[in-house]
Amino acid sequence: MNNKHLYRACIAIVSAVVCATGTIAEETLTVVSFGGAYAKACVDGYHKSFEEETGIKIKLEDYNGGLAQVRAQVDAGAVHWDVLDTESAPLSIGCDEGVFEEISDLELPPAPDGTPASEDFFDGMIFDCGVGTLVYATVLVYNSENVEGEAPTSVEDFFDLEKFPGRRGMRRSPSGNLAWALMADGVPSDQIYEVLSTEEGLQRAFRKLDTIKEHVVWWETGAQAPQLLADGEVFMTTAWNGRIFNAQVVEKQPFVIIWDGHIRDYGALAIVAGAPNLENAKKFLQHATSTRGMVGVANHISYAPVRHSGLPLVGKHATTGEDMKPHMPTYPANSKNFLWYDVEFWTDHEDELIERFNSWLSR
Amino acid sequence: MTARRRGLLGLIVPVGLVLPLIAFILVTFVIPLGSMVVQSVHDPEVAEVLPKTLSLLSEWDGASLPTEDVFKTMAEELVLSRESRTTGRVATRVNRIASGTRSVFGKTARRLERMEPTEFRSAMIDIDERWEDIELWIAIREAGREYTVKHYLHAVDLERELDGRIHLVSEDQRIYNTLYLRTLFVSLAVTFFCFLIGYPIAYAIANVSDSMAKILLLIVLIPFWTSLLVRTTSWLVLLQNQGVVNDILVWLGLVGDSERLALIHNMTGTLIAMTHVLLPFMILPLYAVMRSIPTDYVKAAASLGANPAQSFVRVYFPQSLPGISAGCLLVFILSLGYYITPALVGGTKGQLISNMIAYHIQSSLNWGLAAAISVILLAGVFICYFVFDKWVGVDKLKLS
Repeated sequence: MNNKHLYRACIAIVSAVVCATGTIAEETLTVVSFGGAYAKACVDGYHKSFEEETGIKIKLEDYNGGLAQVRAQVDAGAVHWDVLDTESAPLSIGCDEGVFEEISDLELPPAPDGTPASEDFFDGMIFDCGVGTLVYATVLVYNSENVEGEAPTSVEDFFDLEKFPGRRGMRRSPSGNLAWALMADGVPSDQIYEVLSTEEGLQRAFRKLDTIKEHVVWWETGAQAPQLLADGEVFMTTAWNGRIFNAQVVEKQPFVIIWDGHIRDYGALAIVAGAPNLENAKKFLQHATSTRGMVGVANHISYAPVRHSGLPLVGKHATTGEDMKPHMPTYPANSKNFLWYDVEFWTDHEDELIERFNSWLSR
Repeated sequence: MTARRRGLLGLIVPVGLVLPLIAFILVTFVIPLGSMVVQSVHDPEVAEVLPKTLSLLSEWDGASLPTEDVFKTMAEELVLSRESRTTGRVATRVNRIASGTRSVFGKTARRLERMEPTEFRSAMIDIDERWEDIELWIAIREAGREYTVKHYLHAVDLERELDGRIHLVSEDQRIYNTLYLRTLFVSLAVTFFCFLIGYPIAYAIANVSDSMAKILLLIVLIPFWTSLLVRTTSWLVLLQNQGVVNDILVWLGLVGDSERLALIHNMTGTLIAMTHVLLPFMILPLYAVMRSIPTDYVKAAASLGANPAQSFVRVYFPQSLPGISAGCLLVFILSLGYYITPALVGGTKGQLISNMIAYHIQSSLNWGLAAAISVILLAGVFICYFVFDKWVGVDKLKLS
């Protein structure tokens, strides 16, 4: 190495060190989310405005949901995540297990018209360890290219192989599938969990699933469902509505969502217990769960705000100009018949039912 | 330099050189493995949160409802667990023994915190009637045992009845034994196919000109350097119902458009994709051994009157055995732990045991059970290796 090279290397090292210390001195916050189109919607929806208004720099990381990583951090006493984007069941379990900060005293911003947060939020969307941010739905979808004549319209049609022959895509997990099986078998949506709590009800659900088992293609990651539909691998599939929205509007796929009997769940933000930037994390939660933050996300992806003041403010899709309101799970025309994901039922029975479901699959 | 000093140096230098390796193996292999084995039998969490209740329960007859004293202690310890944020950990563990009880604990602890009952038994049953259930209390007592073999029982589809008898779980809950056997079958099949395809390829590479060998090796290595996920999803594109292979078959008129072959999301897909992904692990050791086989022996055999088949079977093939055993062992052991490929292309019948380990680590957070399954799988690997060594002889072969 000659002197010139050495000189350049020194400059590179020095500038790297300066940059590194510069980042440390800056106020930061590590936010962990699900990646993909959703994380992008959050960045455009409220991360950027948060950074501008507070000067706090957000470090965004991806994960695949669940509690394994966050629990490992908390147990080892080496927490480097601050805010976690999570779902109903992990939020509830994680809160009881002590991996999230209790934030029930966090002051949340009022609606734009001054309505206090406690009245503006949907019922039960403010939790001991987190704040609800959005409603998403697991829906049934078909590709209109493959339909000749009558199109399917209901959960019954999903299970009707004679009327609508062809393979079905379903998530390899018992939660939605057992509920839909019962719906298709004639159980009204308000009695689903009551029936599922009994052994006879469970057997009834599995028997109904038996009728289509040989025609099901099982998917595991959210991206697989629209892919199966686009490739013509399945005639109908279950899918997360945000993914289908993306396929419909951004990728111009002729997919149609059957909103009848969709299963609704919420997403929430939580603060990891022992978060290194606790105060910044609280500020972030206040910002993200404001009406503006929720509407910001809803203008990028079809996940609905959980504040009453939110839905009327949802407007056009940020890049395609599509009207976002009819894509929201909570849009009145989409809300005629649906089922809430029952957090208590699933936290109580999930372990057992997943084993039973896997055993059923392998037979 | 004196002889003694040289002796000392002769000792320090080699030991010093391997020290980093030993430290590395200790930190990345022995300690995690050890802690996994410990975790599969040791679970102190419940015992730490409910010590007094458990000591009272050890004197309980297990038939009638526990006394007011037990309820009161339980209530106090539950409220304490709210403060230490450990209620959920107890709930999760009891729920694994008595499914459907997880929410009892959080709910009761939250309510108790805000009240000062005089009679705890009726107060707790008021909050949740499941406290009246004897089985819940038995489950709490079970979950309180610090050392337990329950994860191992669970991992082979067994359960312990309340009266202590051990038997198979009901048919609609059985899963693990099927998966061990399936994993073993898939691994053996993949090893066999890799050998079938890999042997001629390795032979070709070892016996062509140097420049041709380089090109062939590159063809083997490029997929090897490509991301596993990319290779697996490429198979989706090729094999799916509307995929390239089916399109060609339909175009050729070999199958009708309505009866396209199911090549993916089943065992066929798993075997094809895994064989492809693991093929380089068979070809590379085979090639390394074959390249070192001198051509003189085959020529000598021919000059002594052997036909090509004879000289291959009796002279060449035995010399390539060390490569076969190395390749087979590599592919077989790698297949035992595979899970991304079967998860993506395997469909219903494609789940292998490692998919369950991943599920218990990531989703159900039952690390004890995951550890128990892993230990069983590891033991399986050792047994296979041992059997392989006894029958085929991992190193004896090189001498033959």
